[in-house]
Amino acid sequence: MLLLLEQCLNGLQFGLLLFLLAAGLTLVFGIMDLVNLAHGSLYMMGAYFAASFVAWTGSFFAGALLALGATLLLGIILEIVALRPLYGRDHLDHVLGTFGLILFFNELVRLIWGPAGLSLPLPPALNTAVDVFGIYYPIYRLLIILVSLLVALFLYLVVMKTRVGMLIRAGASNREMVGALGIDIKLLFTLVFGLGAAFAGLAGLMQAPILTVQIGMGENILILAFVVIVIGGIGSIRGAFVAAVFVGLVDTLGRAFLPDLLHLVLSTTAASTLARALSSMLIYLLMAAVLALRPQGLFPVAGR
Amino acid sequence: MKAALDARAPFVVILLAGLVALPLYTAASGDQFTLTLFTRIVILAIAATSLNLILGYGGMVSFGHAAYLGIGAYAVGIFAEEGISSGFLQWPFALALSALFALVVGALSLRTRGVYFIMITLAFAQMVYYVAAGLDRYGGDDGLTIYSRSQFAGLINLSDSVQFYYLCLGLLLVSIVFTWRLINSRFGMVLRGSRSNDRRMRAVGFPTFRYRLAAFVISGVWCGLAGALLANHTDFVSPAMMYWTRSGDLIVMVVFGGMGSLFGPLFGAISLLVLEEGLSRITEYWQIILGPLLLLIVLFARGGIDGLLGSIRREPLVRARRVDLPEPDEASHHG
Repeated sequence: MLLLLEQCLNGLQFGLLLFLLAAGLTLVFGIMDLVNLAHGSLYMMGAYFAASFVAWTGSFFAGALLALGATLLLGIILEIVALRPLYGRDHLDHVLGTFGLILFFNELVRLIWGPAGLSLPLPPALNTAVDVFGIYYPIYRLLIILVSLLVALFLYLVVMKTRVGMLIRAGASNREMVGALGIDIKLLFTLVFGLGAAFAGLAGLMQAPILTVQIGMGENILILAFVVIVIGGIGSIRGAFVAAVFVGLVDTLGRAFLPDLLHLVLSTTAASTLARALSSMLIYLLMAAVLALRPQGLFPVAGR
Repeated sequence: MKAALDARAPFVVILLAGLVALPLYTAASGDQFTLTLFTRIVILAIAATSLNLILGYGGMVSFGHAAYLGIGAYAVGIFAEEGISSGFLQWPFALALSALFALVVGALSLRTRGVYFIMITLAFAQMVYYVAAGLDRYGGDDGLTIYSRSQFAGLINLSDSVQFYYLCLGLLLVSIVFTWRLINSRFGMVLRGSRSNDRRMRAVGFPTFRYRLAAFVISGVWCGLAGALLANHTDFVSPAMMYWTRSGDLIVMVVFGGMGSLFGPLFGAISLLVLEEGLSRITEYWQIILGPLLLLIVLFARGGIDGLLGSIRREPLVRARRVDLPEPDEASHHG
């Protein structure tokens, strides 16, 4: 029971990280109609920036803040230099162009930081565990959950309660009309992309102390973020949130408990082999099931 | 086809003659490396040709074609590991497995369009990647060495590099002719019509979903064949063969060469691999050049090499071409 609680917290934490990535992707897609494969590169850059800046400043929080700012800046530069010409082009063009950007960023990282991974040590204050309903849970993971929830709340408030959010929603349902009404659509695009980049960077830098910071770390999680978006419905932030938490829980719980469940009916070796294959397939099977029932995702955006 | 050949005929003829004569040169010079490189190019050109069928002619941007390479390769690898080296068993199994996977993925992903389709094909390919990485019995992450290439009862010896090269080249030509026959058949007309305007095709009464699904499966089978060849070429299979960047490479080849042109995927495969080879000799960090180059090609050279060749002598041929093949840039604006 306690193990279940712990794994649920892990799943929630992973799901919320996925949400940070998926939110940026789905915003950019919803408003600019841009498929950005390089979103995972921003996640990776966030982690590398964090590892460097923390080592440089000697303070975890100062380093994290600098890394966040750096990723935001990188996102804005990337949008202006490389992505603007892609707006209005075919999705295939987006895929190819941003695929090129991934190659570029991976190689850039290898050039600057070298092929070996980096690690980002946690400050002692965060490297402890606290008592949560009877289990000792790392305080840092709780912090990730808290920060992600705050970001989600912030995003909700911005999108639903502010003028910029109104423009974002308007842009998602009819881009041309927003432009025709005299809104500086270029500025809005840059702003939204920067926001998405900062979220991706935040996810990367928060994940950095838990995983190794390495080349290609953004790619696997990017594909998971795609799964989240497909399940949630492209362009829907609410859908991304629900789907991200769901995917995070299913993936984590599947990996934790499938072997034991299969042990009940199968021999030890067969169970562990099958469990490994099955637990890595689980979220894709989930996606397949959602697609079979609701091809437009759980929260389809009207008018798309 | 005839018109398309007219515009590019000299180039294609020289290229094919070069490919056919290549083993003569490598035998004379002892340059085994070039033969290995070109065997690889030809195999990947088969995979790119298969992708071109659905991407170029059907407008389906599959970002998961590396999965079929992997499935075909693993079918050969697993059979070989279990001591069954007969190609008559291995290869049909590789093709059948590819067909089955394409059928399932296609049936799910073709219910959607555009960017959903891209993401879903990518996700399912990644699923296969993880499954392969989890096959502990067959090497897991590290992959599996194949100690004996597929045996064809003495008909052909795949361990002989020249025979193997000609087999691959022959299969590439078969795949190109097959594609040509297919796209000019009634089936191909429906497929191309569905790319241009699916709603209209359905209104006319064609069940386009079935046609698109059939094309998707055919494409998967050809790509599975390329996978079986690739396993024999490298004597090794690993999950890395079907990492998602490989799917990206295949798309790059098709677009590089020119979407919806018969020889485009071959042009693309040659230019991408030769470019990689060349750049990696200049600098270890060659992808830092290739990446932005891709972006520039997307922005400024949409028709690919085929479009470039076509534009050189387009004037007198423009009418003939229009009948047969859509303009490359016209093709690209449908999602």
